[in-house]
Amino acid sequence: MSNKLINYLETAGLNWAVPVVRLCRGEDAREQASELFTKVGLPLIAVLVFLLVWSVGASQVKTSLGVLPGPAAVWHQAVNLYDEHQAQREKADAFYQRQEERNAAKLERNPDAEIKWRDYTGKPTFFDQIGTSLLTVFTGFVLASLIAIPVGVACGLSPKLYGAISPLVQIFKPVSPLAWLPIVTMVVSAVYISDDPLFQKSFITSAVTVTLCSLWPTLINTAVAVASIDKDWINVGRVIRLNWRTQVFKIAIPAALPMIFTGLRLSLGVGWMVLIAAEMLAQNPGLGKFVWDEFQNGSSDSLGRIMVAVITIGIIGFLLDWLMVTLQSLLSHQKPAGH
Amino acid sequence: MSVIAMRKEHLHELPAETAGEAPSRPRAFLDLSGVSIDFPTRKGPFRALNNVSLKIAKGEFVSIIGHSGCGKSTVLNIVAGLYQATEGGAILNGREVNQPGPERAVVFQNHALLPWLTCYQNVELAVKTVFKGRKNKREMREWIEHNLKLVHMDHAMHKYPAEISGGMKQRVGIARALAMEPSVLLMDEPFGALDALTRAHLQDSVMEIQADLNNTVIMVTHDVDEAVLLSDKIVMMTNGPAATVGEVLEVDLARPRDRLALASDERYNHFRSQVLSFLYERQRRPVE
Ligand SMILES: Nc1ncnc2c1ncn2[C@@H]1O[C@H](COP(=O)(O)OP(=O)(O)OP(=O)(O)O)[C@@H](O)[C@H]1O
Ligand SMILES: [Mg+2]
Repeated sequence: MSNKLINYLETAGLNWAVPVVRLCRGEDAREQASELFTKVGLPLIAVLVFLLVWSVGASQVKTSLGVLPGPAAVWHQAVNLYDEHQAQREKADAFYQRQEERNAAKLERNPDAEIKWRDYTGKPTFFDQIGTSLLTVFTGFVLASLIAIPVGVACGLSPKLYGAISPLVQIFKPVSPLAWLPIVTMVVSAVYISDDPLFQKSFITSAVTVTLCSLWPTLINTAVAVASIDKDWINVGRVIRLNWRTQVFKIAIPAALPMIFTGLRLSLGVGWMVLIAAEMLAQNPGLGKFVWDEFQNGSSDSLGRIMVAVITIGIIGFLLDWLMVTLQSLLSHQKPAGH
Repeated sequence: MSVIAMRKEHLHELPAETAGEAPSRPRAFLDLSGVSIDFPTRKGPFRALNNVSLKIAKGEFVSIIGHSGCGKSTVLNIVAGLYQATEGGAILNGREVNQPGPERAVVFQNHALLPWLTCYQNVELAVKTVFKGRKNKREMREWIEHNLKLVHMDHAMHKYPAEISGGMKQRVGIARALAMEPSVLLMDEPFGALDALTRAHLQDSVMEIQADLNNTVIMVTHDVDEAVLLSDKIVMMTNGPAATVGEVLEVDLARPRDRLALASDERYNHFRSQVLSFLYERQRRPVE
């Protein structure tokens, strides 16, 4: 039972929790304690040292917006942001409730009355912006993967195709996504015309920018992975005379999956970094815009709030990476050792 | 096609020794005639095999032995259809070989099991394709289980390759090949990567299966004892480049063969020493 738990923890990348389970199971306490110290204790000490250096260092730096905030001030701002979010929520709830009551009353007086439902249009809070950014990065990332994986597989299977598109890939890969941004913005506003748009234009622009730069790692990794599949496995397929589709889905893709995932992981990481920059530059909703707005705002709280955003961006990036690693160890055949 | 024409030609030219069979056997089940192959290299074409001819009867167990790099795998791969001969060709059961197919199933040296499939699924992948439309679901399942049982792997059939030993993986590889019901079973150093005990164990299994099914088998090997123990016929190849069949030794020891009893058998030791003297006197590896 606890072995299973340990397996799960290892699959999920939560290695630090393993000694805890072992301790609970009554394994050699000294060994587990030293394990716990290296896996949990040391990182904790590093964080504490960092916080100390930060709070001492920050107090020395005077900016036009006041002293650079230390950990305590940043924590205070984080709490503030949460409170603001709660307040907005309550306001929105109250708005919808009033609207509902009003409409119900209207219907009671006259069942045929025309009813209007309006959305609450409050200022998006910090947490709304997190949601927007996450949605955007996933949309862009999924779009990129849907293009990059099939194209990558095709390139891996056909050296000619790979040779043909390789120069394009080499040229577009190093382009900073921010250089794309103006073009994408113009193209989206020219092409995406709709009276009742399902998505906002800014959302599409950001998502497409993420797509454009997270295409490449996945595409290249997939192509290389498929091209370098163990020759014996290909020969197995040839001897059995698998048809084309089975060959691709039963042999090529599973064989390439570990490397495809490495590509996806890189792509998602790049996409997340790019998105924040794109949001700042294009004033598209999301965490980047939050940072930019606070910077423009220039109140004494701004630097603290920006730091909350920076730390949040880091934590989310880390969680996204963790998500991909966990997915990878769940889905591909290269199971972690000891499986 | 041209191969057929060439084959006739070669039959005239071939010295009796390399033509192999006694004239009493009219038509070989598998007939390799005048096979040569050039590999393209940076320094121009490299002739790995030159004029390899070989006849194999139905139900025969044939070993190919020779020094490393002489072209044993290449011969096997040509029969499998994985390589295309530059000249000459192989005819199996009256039909020319020009592409791979399940009637010439291959057991690969390092098992070549797909690690993302269980043992059962590995065999299933082959069975599903080969018997499509010929067996229903239940028959397929029974056939897969039957073949895994044949190699004594039914107890671990739902394990992944990473969870079983090297010998067990090789067994599953053999089961996969047998499950295709091949006319010829091709094995490229099937036990090369195994320790001596496991190897002996698997050799016994193969002999057992062979007694049961009476397959036609071509096996590439490095191991003289293995060749003598298992084969009806040992094909000894000269050193490359441009390697060819040097000598063919008929091993007419009675079956079933028992490795312990044979160890002190005079004829067994005679066959053994013949192969050894071919390899280490006449085809001594040039100092590299
Ligand atoms: N695809 C290839 N391209 C170029 N040369 C090749 C290729 N395959 C084999 N050769 C060459 O052909 C010769 C025979 O190779 P082969 O693999 O058949 O030898 P082998 O007898 O099976 O050796 P071993 O016992 O080491 O497996 C070697 O010199 C090898 O370098
Ligand atoms: Mg070989």
